[in-house]
Amino acid sequence: MYDLRCDSVTKRFGSFTAVNNVSFDIPSGSFFSILGPSGCGKTTLMRMIAGFENPDQGDILIKGRSVLKDAPNKRNVKMVFQHLALFPMMTVGENIAYGLRCRGDAKSEIGGKVNAVLDRVGLPGVEDKQISQLSGGQKQRIAIARCMVLEPDVLLLDEPLGALDLKLREHMKIELKQLQHQFETTFLYITHDQSEALVMSDNVAVMNAGRFEQIGPPKDLYENPVSGFVAGFVGDSNRWGGRVDRMSDGTAHVALDGGDSVLATPGAGGLGDNREVEVFVRPEAISVGRGAEGCTLSGTVDSLLFNGANSRILVRTGTGKLIEVADQAGVSGVNEGDAIDIHWQGHRALCFGKGAA
Amino acid sequence: MRHSIKLLLAGTAFGVVTGTVASAETLRLLTWGSYAPEEVIKQFEAEYPDIDVEVTFSNNEEMIAKLRATGGSGYDLAQPSHDRIYAAQLEYNIYKPLDLSQIDTSVMQANLLEGVKANTTIEGEVYAVPHQWGTSGVMTNMAEAPDVTGWNDLCDPAYKGRTSMRLRRTILLGTAFGMGMNPFELYSDLDAYQDMLDQVTAKLIECKSNIKTYWTGGDDLQSLMLSGEVVVSETWDSTAFRLYSENPEIVFVPPETGALAWIDTFAIPRGGEADDAAYKWINFVMRPEIITMMSGSTGAIAAVPNGIELLPDDKRDAVQAAFDQEDLDNLKFFANIPPGLEDMEGIALERIKAASE
Amino acid sequence: MRSDAGKLSLILLMAPFALWILLLIVLPQLGIGYVSLREKVGPGQFTFGFGNYMDFLGEPIYWNTLLRTAWMSILVTILALLVGFPVAYYIAKIARQRSRAALFLLCLIPLWVSDLVRAFGWIVLLRETGLVSGALQWAGLISGPVELLYNDVTVVIGLVYTVVLFMIVPLVSTLDGMDDALLEAGYNLGGSRFTVFRRIIVPYAMPGIVAGCIITFMLTAGSYLTPILLGGKNSSWFTEQIYNQFITRYNWEAGATFGVLLLGFTSLVIWLGLKLTGQSLATTVAKD
Repeated sequence: MYDLRCDSVTKRFGSFTAVNNVSFDIPSGSFFSILGPSGCGKTTLMRMIAGFENPDQGDILIKGRSVLKDAPNKRNVKMVFQHLALFPMMTVGENIAYGLRCRGDAKSEIGGKVNAVLDRVGLPGVEDKQISQLSGGQKQRIAIARCMVLEPDVLLLDEPLGALDLKLREHMKIELKQLQHQFETTFLYITHDQSEALVMSDNVAVMNAGRFEQIGPPKDLYENPVSGFVAGFVGDSNRWGGRVDRMSDGTAHVALDGGDSVLATPGAGGLGDNREVEVFVRPEAISVGRGAEGCTLSGTVDSLLFNGANSRILVRTGTGKLIEVADQAGVSGVNEGDAIDIHWQGHRALCFGKGAA
Repeated sequence: MRHSIKLLLAGTAFGVVTGTVASAETLRLLTWGSYAPEEVIKQFEAEYPDIDVEVTFSNNEEMIAKLRATGGSGYDLAQPSHDRIYAAQLEYNIYKPLDLSQIDTSVMQANLLEGVKANTTIEGEVYAVPHQWGTSGVMTNMAEAPDVTGWNDLCDPAYKGRTSMRLRRTILLGTAFGMGMNPFELYSDLDAYQDMLDQVTAKLIECKSNIKTYWTGGDDLQSLMLSGEVVVSETWDSTAFRLYSENPEIVFVPPETGALAWIDTFAIPRGGEADDAAYKWINFVMRPEIITMMSGSTGAIAAVPNGIELLPDDKRDAVQAAFDQEDLDNLKFFANIPPGLEDMEGIALERIKAASE
Repeated sequence: MRSDAGKLSLILLMAPFALWILLLIVLPQLGIGYVSLREKVGPGQFTFGFGNYMDFLGEPIYWNTLLRTAWMSILVTILALLVGFPVAYYIAKIARQRSRAALFLLCLIPLWVSDLVRAFGWIVLLRETGLVSGALQWAGLISGPVELLYNDVTVVIGLVYTVVLFMIVPLVSTLDGMDDALLEAGYNLGGSRFTVFRRIIVPYAMPGIVAGCIITFMLTAGSYLTPILLGGKNSSWFTEQIYNQFITRYNWEAGATFGVLLLGFTSLVIWLGLKLTGQSLATTVAKD
């Protein structure tokens, strides 16, 4: 059962194609994210789902029914806006009751529903407050409550955490996920922040230049990216340019720009000789010490970046490349200026053709 | 620093001193629009290079209001009508007595001079001498309304919707004359005057449906007459004379009960600071060659024995077309307005304006 | 030391403004109030009392004109709001950024000429031998010339035209600050166009509406030239009576009384308007 399905949706603005033949399904009750850099078309896609734009081609179905002919106020998709768009001239309670009143709920029921939804978002008793009296996180929850009280088929969230400070953002990620569980509603979440997408989502679509590059669970995207874009955009990665020297046993021998030669596993599609490629190795895949031939580089420690569990060693190779190496809690014991070797397991180095999908 | 300030102060002081010496005496004239034509001022300033003429245009009511507000200062020479001086002087003390030895009264028409002197003598001091005179009466478009003879024609249903008047005291007086009363004789008995006003008010309210609109200024009246929207109107004769040169069908009709004659005078405000210059101006504008220029601009007749002959040709024609000797003998000169009268007239005018047809 | 200097510079900065308020607004008003309490008993002799106000109440012409002026000013204000709101909305929300400034400027152009010229513009258009009458005859819609001037409708039109700008400017500036997302949220949550207009746009624009209404109402009630020039033989305007009292009747005491009454009455109307619409000056005009 799918709550939302987009079928070959395309939207052009003049000669610019903002959304190019995008199709996807979102299973009921799941948390789905669209991840992409700004300008990739993700907001346009969301606005089409909400009804503020009309697709040039394709169809949008909610609970199996096409909604293209429905005006925005007739679609049972609700949206949490980037800056929340809470109505400043209404109290919290009036903000939440607005949708109920539009829907024509009986006056006697509205108060109870408002209180119930405020309870569920953990803010009981704030209905008489002005919007300006709320903190950033509280506003966030009110914006969600204002939508959820209407029991939408799908809740759209347009980078709602963007305006929050980092600490609160980290906290709200977890809270959003919990809210989604609690309401058991389908969430469609748009973000350019890969960590938000990875943490919260059941499925993530990576969008680039109007197209979906890959759809899958976060772990899949992280470990088995299908393109250089996904590999580079999702999670941290070392990225080296080079050229395929030769292929053997499904492994590419890549001559990196500026010297050094490494082995790498080709991503989707396979590669031919002499092909220009990019090699991706995640920092946590690299360890200090010598490893197999083609999976080892040497250099000196350029600097140590301490960040608790996310600490890094920056290694400068003989050919001038700067490589990030994970160093959990700084346990490796190396010092700046030390000459060290680093290595990784062969299958953790992926290579993708440059400029290809 | 201190030195430069000294210099600056010295310079300023010098500027002030030389400024007073070099800059001429200023003659600040408070008069009617068109009573100070540019070429007359130019000739005057050429003859008296140390006098600058500054002109403020006004009307009877505003002249008194202005001088009252400043206690008679701010102007050096004013030109109120002869009937507006006595009461204003008694009540507000805004003028100073004239030094008749400074004025060449020999050029003035004797009966007008004596009339003005009689009207404006308080405790043996004379406060005004005549400048120009003219009349108020009725103007008609001969092509459309050839049979107009007097004030009553304004309310003649034959011209329904095509007559006009100015809602000021002149029309009250004219209507009273038209009804067979003589308001000037009632000035001394305010109760009788109120009685007369009540009758006039009733008549003018009844007449309201016959009126197209009340004109408010000379420009207004001219366009109403020239466009043919109005064919009979209460008017100043000078306005009618001006229109005569553009459309000879439009003539001034001295009412059979007598045109109401006003004399604009010279009076020196109590706070005047340039009496000599004021006397020079009075004598200057009474010279025959200046009179022709002045009358050309004002359309009024100078208070000299041959005033009509000194009019420019077109104005003289218009006057001769309008007045015969009988009309001239029948002029009704405005009598001095006793205190309190204008308040009574004011409320009568407001009643007329506020009444619905 | 430093704060003393700061205080001093603040005082110096505020001084011209305070002087302006004091000398040009407060003192004259006090003077007017003082004169209005003076009763004339003879030439140059006065006593004090409320006689002038009693005279006002005793003369229906005066208070009828005041009521008429207030009533027509309210009408003009409402019409200016109805005309100005769509214009302001278009300028602030629909027009593209580039044409916005041009449109705004276009609205300002009438202010470049004086009241008098604008009134004469209407006269040229609407008089019996004027352009509109001529055009209608030429088009065969009417058989003879028609007089469109000299009645209350013309006065109202002329006044709306004169003051509508003062409605548009505050409306544009409030609507300009409204995030489009608010409207989209309004639709998204199920609101119809009307609901969004009534429950989101209007409440949001309320400070601008109140400010615009107060300005236009005060301007209209205090206007002089337009009602005099366009008005017919029956259209009295209260300012005209103030002028008459001061200038043609030399009755400064009554004129001052009327002035105080006009200020008091218009303030009362505004206060009532705020009460009836549940607004307050603090939450609208003075909102930061």
